[in-house]
Order: sequence, then C-alpha cells, then structure tokens
Amino acid sequence: MRLEPKPTPPLGVTLLFPVAAIAATLVITSLLVLAAGASPFSVFYLVARGAAGTQFAALETLTRATPLIFTGLAVAVAFRAKLWNIGAEAQLYIGGVVTIVLGTGALPLPSFLLIPVIMLAAMAAGALLLLGPAVLKTRFGVDEVVTTLLLNFIVLLFVSMLLEGPLKDPMGLGWPQSQRVVAEAQLPRIIQGKRLHYGFVIALCAAAIVWVIMKKTVLGYEMRAVGHNAEAASFAGIPVNRVLMKTALLSGGLAALAGFSEVSGLKGNLTLDLSPGYGYSGIVVAMLAMLNPLGVVASAIFVAGIFVGADAMSRTAGVPSYIADVMVATALLTMVTAILMSRYRMRWR
Amino acid sequence: MRGSADVEEKNQNGRYDGAEDGIVLRLTGITKRFGPLVANDAISFDLKRGEVVALLGENGAGKTTLMNILFGHYVADEGSVEAFGKALPPGDPRAALDAGIGMVHQHFTLAENMTVLENIALGTQAMWRARLDRGAAARRIRKLSGDFGLAIDPGAVVAALSVGERQRVEILKALYRDARILILDEPTAVLTPAETEALFRTLKLLVAQGLSIIFISHKLHEVMAASDRVLVLRAGHLVGERRTAETSRSELAALMVGQEIAPATVAPAKAGPPLLELANVSTRAGGGGAALDEVSLTLRGGEITGLAGVSGNGQAALAALIAGTMQPLGGDIAIGSATVKEWSPRRALASGIARIPEDRHAVGTIGDMSVTENVISERYRSARFSRLGFLDWRAARGFAEEIIADYDVKCPSPEARIRLLSGGNMQKLILGRALDPEPSVILANQPTRGLDVGAVSYVHKKLLEARARGAAILLISEDLEEILALSDRILVMSKGRLSTPSARGERTVRELGELMAGHAEAGA
Repeated sequence: MRLEPKPTPPLGVTLLFPVAAIAATLVITSLLVLAAGASPFSVFYLVARGAAGTQFAALETLTRATPLIFTGLAVAVAFRAKLWNIGAEAQLYIGGVVTIVLGTGALPLPSFLLIPVIMLAAMAAGALLLLGPAVLKTRFGVDEVVTTLLLNFIVLLFVSMLLEGPLKDPMGLGWPQSQRVVAEAQLPRIIQGKRLHYGFVIALCAAAIVWVIMKKTVLGYEMRAVGHNAEAASFAGIPVNRVLMKTALLSGGLAALAGFSEVSGLKGNLTLDLSPGYGYSGIVVAMLAMLNPLGVVASAIFVAGIFVGADAMSRTAGVPSYIADVMVATALLTMVTAILMSRYRMRWR
Repeated sequence: MRGSADVEEKNQNGRYDGAEDGIVLRLTGITKRFGPLVANDAISFDLKRGEVVALLGENGAGKTTLMNILFGHYVADEGSVEAFGKALPPGDPRAALDAGIGMVHQHFTLAENMTVLENIALGTQAMWRARLDRGAAARRIRKLSGDFGLAIDPGAVVAALSVGERQRVEILKALYRDARILILDEPTAVLTPAETEALFRTLKLLVAQGLSIIFISHKLHEVMAASDRVLVLRAGHLVGERRTAETSRSELAALMVGQEIAPATVAPAKAGPPLLELANVSTRAGGGGAALDEVSLTLRGGEITGLAGVSGNGQAALAALIAGTMQPLGGDIAIGSATVKEWSPRRALASGIARIPEDRHAVGTIGDMSVTENVISERYRSARFSRLGFLDWRAARGFAEEIIADYDVKCPSPEARIRLLSGGNMQKLILGRALDPEPSVILANQPTRGLDVGAVSYVHKKLLEARARGAAILLISEDLEEILALSDRILVMSKGRLSTPSARGERTVRELGELMAGHAEAGA
C-alpha cells in the first residue's frame, strides 16, 4: 500500500469525513458488542435513545457537552499552532480551584460582577499553567507533550492536597471536597429544575469567538502560519515564539473555563472527580471537528451523547458502559485515518 | 564519440535474452491525468542498451510523473511499460526493482544515522537473517565503487557525507541491486561543477558496461554533454526527439519552451549611493556552511552585486544575516547611513530589504496555506491588510490577484494551496511579494535554482527592472553563468571571507574559479 498526495477536496467532501469516520466506528464497535453477547442494532438504538430520545436525555447530553466544548476548543486552538497541549485536564482543574477560592465568599460582589471576575481569574490561572510548558518549549526545546501530560498528574495531586487541607469543607464529614460556592457565584440553570446551565451558552459564545479569532484576526493568521510552517513564518517576520505564547494563553484559558463552568454551573463544589477525563476527551472532540471551532460544538455534543447514551444503554442491555470509551477512542483513530485520506490517495499495489 | 555504432556493437553480447534489437525498456502510450491536468499524454519511447537518454523539459512538463509511472510509484491511466521484453505490472516498485530498474531521486532516501554499507545493503537480505554479512557486502561495494569511479568508504556514516558523496551512495545502492537501467532525476541540481564532471565520467563507465541510463534534466549544457539522445517534453507531450550529436542548444531550448528566448541584455550600471553596508561582520556558522569572518560589503543602488562561490563557504550565513534571521556576533550593519541596533526579519523588511530565499518550499512559502495567505505573510500587519487586529481578507485577495496578473502566475485561484503550484509559479509569487513594495535592497539567494528556462529569464528580467529603478541587489548563485550575465560587480566567497570585488569582465572565469577554490590572489 502506498500514499499519493492529492489536492484539497471540496468542502462538501471534507464534511463527509467525520461522517465516514463515525460509520466506521459503529462497524468496528459492533464487533465488540457482538462479543459481549448483545445485538449491535439494539445497543446502538439504546445509545441513541439514551442520548437524545427524551427531553431529559437531550438536556443531559448538552450538559455533558458543555465542558467538552471548552476543552475541545482549547485543544483545537493549540493544535492549530502545533502546540501539543495534552494538559487540558490540569487546566480544567485549576479553573475549578480558582472558582472555589473566589466563589465561596471571598469576594462580596453581586452576581453580574462576581461571575465575570471568577471567569477571568480562572482563565488567567489556566493560561499561566500552560505558559510554563510553552516557555520551556520555546526557550529550551522541552517537548510540551511530556510537560503538559505530566502536569495533569501533578495538578491532580495538588488539588487532592488542597481538598485535604486549605480548601477542605469543615462540614463535609471528612470527605475530600470543598465548600459549595455562594449563590452569587453560581451560573443559573437555563430551564428551572433541569441540570442544563448557562455554561452551555458561554461555551457556544466561546466557540463563536474562537472561530472569529482563527478566521478573521491577525493572531489567528499567525497561529495557522506557525502551525503549518514555523520556519517560513519566522522568515516572513512572524514572531513565532510570541505567537506560541499567545496560543498557550488562549488554549489554557479556554480549558480552565471548563472547570469554572462545571463547578459554578453544575457541581457547586470541587471534588477529585470533577472531570471524568474531559481534558483528554477534548483531544477527540477537536480531532473529530478537524480543529474547526464551530465543528467542536457538534463533535462535543456527539461525544457527550455517546457517554450519556452508553450509561442508559448499559442499564437496559447489560453491555458495560465502557463501550462508550471504546467508541470514542475508535472514533479518534478512524477520524485521524479519514483526515490522512483526505490529503492522500491510497494505492493498493 | 558516443555514436550509435558503438551501442549496436555492445548489443551483440547482451546479457538479457528478452531484449530484442537491444531495446531494454519500452514505454507505449503512457497517459496520466491528475484531475483536469494531463501530466503525460500518450508518451512512447524506447531505451536501448548502453545508451544515455536525456529527458528534457521545463518544470511541470511531466518528466518526474513519467519516471514515477515507470518506477511504479504512480499507476498510468493508459499505456504500458515493458522492461527486457516483459510487461511490468503497473504500480509495483518491487517489480521495477526486480526487473533491474534503479532510480536515484532528486531528494535522497538515505538513513542519515547509518553507514554507507548499511544503507546500501538495507532491504537486500531476508528479514530472518539476523546478521548482515558485512565482509561480503563491503567487498562488493568496494568493487562497484572501483569499477565505476564512485569513491566512497563503506564504513562512513551518511550524516558525515557531502551531497555529492550521498548521491554516489544512491547510485551504488541501485548498482548493488543489479540495476541495468538507471534513472537519475535532476542529478546535478545539488552538485558542484567538479562533482558534476565526476558524475558524467561515472555515467560513461556505466554505459560502457552495458547499462542504460535515463537522465532527467532541464539544463541544456548538461544534456548536451552527457547524453546520446534527447527526448523533449512540453506540457505533458513528447514534442521532440533528437540525437545529441545532431542538435544544438538553441534548437533544444526552442523545443522545450515552444518559443525562442532572447538573452537578457544589460545596460551599463550607474552606481548610486550605498544602501546597505556591512562592516567587519562576523557570525556563527549557518545553514550547514561556514561562518562569516569579518566580512565587509557595500551594496549600491542601481547595481547588481554577484556573489559566486562553492556552496557551504558562508553564503548561507550571509543570506541569513541580510534576511534578518541571523544575528551578527560582531561588526556593524548600516542601512542608508544609519547603523542598525536590533536585527530581525521584521526589521530587515521594515528597512526596505526584500528577500528571495534559497529554499522556496521550506522557507519561502507555507505550503498548506493559500496563495492569498502567502502573499501577505511579510506585510499582514500593515494598514493595507489589517485594522485593529483584524485582517482585511478582501484587500489581501485583491493583492493576490494583482500579483497573479502582474507576475503572470499560473494558479487555479488565490484560494489554492500554494503547494499545488509548480516551482516557477511559486517563485513568481515570491518575487511579486518581495518586489511589490519597491524595496531599496534585494537579496536574491539562488533565485533561479531548479527553474525552467522561461522562468529563469523572467526572474532575470525582474531583477534587472529593479536595478533600473535604483535598487541595490545582491545575487547569490552557484551558477557562474548567471553571475557573469547579470552582475555589475562580482565577489567570491570562500571559507567565510569575501574576495575583493571585480567589475564586469575584469576577472576571467578561470580567475574566479581559482578564488572559488580558495586560492588567494597574489598581492590581494
């Protein structure tokens, strides 16, 4: 088998790639479902119904999609400039920590001031967290995949320390959890009595803003140029290192918003299970969206739907909900393959 | 003499039985389309035993596509390939290798961290053989290199070899696998004149042993010097076939471009004020070549200064310094009459220096971005293309269309990825981007390398126009003919130092060659 380069396909064809990747994912995972002794059709039907079959299910999917949009955007922005940020998980947790530090009564502000202040502070913290690896990369050539990945574990242990120490809720019966945020620091629910909160709206706005940045601004142009060919960008006078710093700040800030939105909109307090790997799933979300900020919204809802639907399915069909992880991971692999095939044509001998 | 009688004679004791009339390779009606583009249109030709056939054509004429089909990298839409009387299955490089076809690519395919021997023997042994029989392999390589004048140490690590030596390794690799037909894709593009001559001697030894060679080139004098027969390709068609002994450079040039090309005529220079001055500038080593050692240089308006020299003697460092990508370690850079304090690509651009980089793919353009995005890359911050951090894409696209029209760039649309353009069109875009702001200083580093005749004369015309306008031009080139044709003043770089300048016609080619080889002039 060989690969031959080919010209860029038209947009209509490009949009088919995620569809093809998802179709391939369904075929591959149906083999696993068969191995688990269930019928693929009923399992996929149950997943789909669990994800979008009822109003409750659909709202739950959107709720779950909210942090994935933020981490997906963070990854999409960073990967566009070839800054490999694998540390969205850490930046998410730091965003959660800042939300607790400022949102549990430290600042006596009304809601319309307090929430923006917390958001900005959370973004700043996440941005600074990614700035470290970015500086190490540009100054000393340290591989950011390693530093950002390992920071995830360091930050999780740091949060664990905080939750056993300074941030521990005195009324928490000894559980490692923080106090709840005050009412002024909570994002309101979109529909009374349901879990979907205004974090979702903020996520949609973030996606639109990131799209504008990437398409319309000087910064977005610089980021794409650096990502495609850093040497040529540098020759043309684009300050590569400074662009990478700005990329790191934007990416880290977006990931931190995921933590803010989860704490302030949904959970109300900080625990060690704030994120079931949203930072890592953000990589899948960004790749499925082919790094397009608007595509991130669609792919985040899709990935969230699989997780939510698989939970419901496993209760009915008895297939473990781990199938959701397998589906998402398979979707990443098939999508990367599809992107490769959009640039190259395969020849079998 | 490379007459045909010679060739016929050798055919009598041919090793391969399948070959009739000494024909070792036959292409019949090869057609290959890429979308609407017909890269090869019904091309047929034969290659005889012991013959060097040159495949001549401009960039984009379809030479490389044809060879990729022959070698099995591409599958032809129509037509067939026959080697030694047997049809080759399409799209199977293995079959081509087994049939005795070897290819030396323009860009080498060697593992840099391994030795010559390992590179050559790589893949020739069954996988389950744990150890390489180094002794036998080394003996065979030594014999081949002795027979064909390809001096190389089998134990040397490839990373330590010069470009010319690496090419020898590639040729040995093909011979080691018993290649009887050797395809060389632009083999001289990376060689010094002396290395080129050595290569041509090797080719003669190879054909004397009954090998057949296809030599891809767009350089007329090399085709004339090295081949027995010339096939000329233009826009995918085989437009002519000539015996080298019976044709001339001008006839081939006309066939290749489809029209006569007038050589650039150069009016005498009226040297203006100094626009860029380097005073005792030293740098670290750059671009795999020497460092600058206290170099002083003055570029004057209305003058082309030609910099000759064997590659690797500091030209890369000088170009990087003027382009702003390298910082001086000592000495001064003065623009106009002001000494520069900070130095960067952006400063260089702001000071009115236009840069045409040596490597247009890796440095001059961003391949996966559009033509529009590429033409604004040096000026996207100017008020013309951006306001308050937002880009004005309409203005950018307008500028791209302007350059496409003014510089006669052939491209599908301003939105096309620049990677899809041919080398000549890419260079025209780079020229347009560099020259549009009417720069006062122009750094042209190998501006015509790898370009076809038509594009070369276009680049020369544009440089002469800029000179007439009063720009100061530094032309760095390994092509001495180009330097001699264009330069008002010639400098030679050797081991990081510059010779004294000589005016047009002051030094002979021979004297320049001595300077290039590093011999200082008596009394200089």
